[in-house]
Amino acid sequence: MTEMPVETVRAPRSAAAFRAIGTLFRIGREMTREPLGFAGCIVLAIIIIVAALASVIAPYPPNVQSLGEVLQPPSWAHWAGTDEFGRDILSRLMFGAQITIRTVFSVCIIIGPIGLAIGVIAGFFGGRIDAVLMRATDIVLSFPALVLALGFAAAMGAGLNTAVIAISLTSWPPIARLARAEALVVRRTDYVAAARLYGASRMRLLFLYIAPMCIPSVIVRLTLNMATITLTAASLGFLGLGAQPPAPEWGAMIASGRKFMLDYWWVAVMPGIAILLTSLAFNIIGDAMRDILDPRYDRS
Amino acid sequence: MSETMIEVRDLDVVFDRGSPQENHVVRSVSFQAAKGETLGIVGESGCGKSTVLRCIAGLESHWSGEIHLAGRLVGKERSRDELKSAQMVFQDPYGSLHPRHRIGMALAEPHRAMGIGEGWNAVAGALTQVGLPADFANRFPHELSGGQRQRVAIARALMLSPPILLLDEPTSALDVSVQAEVLNLMCDLRDERTLTLLLVSHDLAVIGHMCDRVLVMKEGVFVDELTKDDIRFGRTHHEYSATLFEASLLGDDAPDAMARGAEAGFGS
Repeated sequence: MTEMPVETVRAPRSAAAFRAIGTLFRIGREMTREPLGFAGCIVLAIIIIVAALASVIAPYPPNVQSLGEVLQPPSWAHWAGTDEFGRDILSRLMFGAQITIRTVFSVCIIIGPIGLAIGVIAGFFGGRIDAVLMRATDIVLSFPALVLALGFAAAMGAGLNTAVIAISLTSWPPIARLARAEALVVRRTDYVAAARLYGASRMRLLFLYIAPMCIPSVIVRLTLNMATITLTAASLGFLGLGAQPPAPEWGAMIASGRKFMLDYWWVAVMPGIAILLTSLAFNIIGDAMRDILDPRYDRS
Repeated sequence: MSETMIEVRDLDVVFDRGSPQENHVVRSVSFQAAKGETLGIVGESGCGKSTVLRCIAGLESHWSGEIHLAGRLVGKERSRDELKSAQMVFQDPYGSLHPRHRIGMALAEPHRAMGIGEGWNAVAGALTQVGLPADFANRFPHELSGGQRQRVAIARALMLSPPILLLDEPTSALDVSVQAEVLNLMCDLRDERTLTLLLVSHDLAVIGHMCDRVLVMKEGVFVDELTKDDIRFGRTHHEYSATLFEASLLGDDAPDAMARGAEAGFGS
């Protein structure tokens, strides 16, 4: 019971940073105990590294046509074959990974905070605010995501950015509902009651007490959503409403390969495999994250 | 013992008023507690005793009547100044501390929320005062035992130096061996700071240990008032309090209460 140097008690900010790093390490450590989740992490890590280094490691430039070697089957020179303009499909897939990863993470960065904010505010304030926000959420939720995204992309003009906005518009409601459910539980707890007794303002309760408790489940939900986002992005690309040619968007590559599918299967199948692997990796990681972060799904 | 710290007049609590499930929890109760006094409210689960406490604290809004704290009439929405006059210790030490706040943060928050400084400097002293080492400030609640958490909760309730402390079954979630320690700590703090305590419990041993005066509550009304001596000698003025006494002696594992019962010749 010695007198405490003030510094050790203080420094909550650096402590928070340490805590965040500690949590990441904990997740990482537990992930290694989860063989499937770990495999998903490795696959995703490879995809991200390939996307980041595409311009260095891709054997060919993605958009340079070489009409002398069109529609060649997979070989040592072209591991995934070439498409109808003689472009190396593997290189295009590598550059396409950039587009996919960027889309997925932009959407998550947009819908995470929006869903969290709407859900937490609705759950915490209740009453009329809750009713208005949740009915709005229900309305958006009742639209089929792809159709709304299609309509939006069509109205705003096709392109990668509109695809991101369109997907974001339709995918925040589940996050908001989840955050609201969590907030409803947290606002009834004794520690929030105690905070009200010592005069914590509503903003303080919202940001320091309620939101931190909702973040883990929102992150889990986001990770699970990433698979859906990958697929929706590819679908928009396939329909010509995402990134525009000649950008090597995976969905668009399948769309152009469709014409040669029977004779030159690799043109459509290779991007399909890329989409499959990516969304599978996101799904598996999401499941593993849920097991780690959400005690309600604890495996006994 | 002259100054009245808590005065409640005609407190009436109705939940879901006007609906078919209308629930009249507290029926026009009145009582007061003097400065430095420890007043107990005892009764079975659901009799409304915790609700009375939450109304006084300012956590309920479905009440009517008058509540005076430290000589000031308070309403349903409390100003920061009014909040400072009474703080509460909750029943469940596992639910009353934010799981993601370190102990230091939990103890600094009352000052920070009130806007009276950063509060970090007061943390070490507050921990020492409740018998915990100052380096607990860097721990999370889940790294503490139930008794230690309840000590932190008491320290937090005292951070704003309130003259009134409301205790909602502060030991019922604790191990029997730890209960006495926590009760003694609260007695010491009360004597040190002339706190007025309002203690709600269903455990007569706890009430007998702590309180100068006890109100017995049943179905939303006070049916009996007992002094410390009444509890000691098992004197009751209402059959319900007699039943409570018997129940506590029959089912009680606290030897302390047994001894008191034997001494009073009660139940033999």
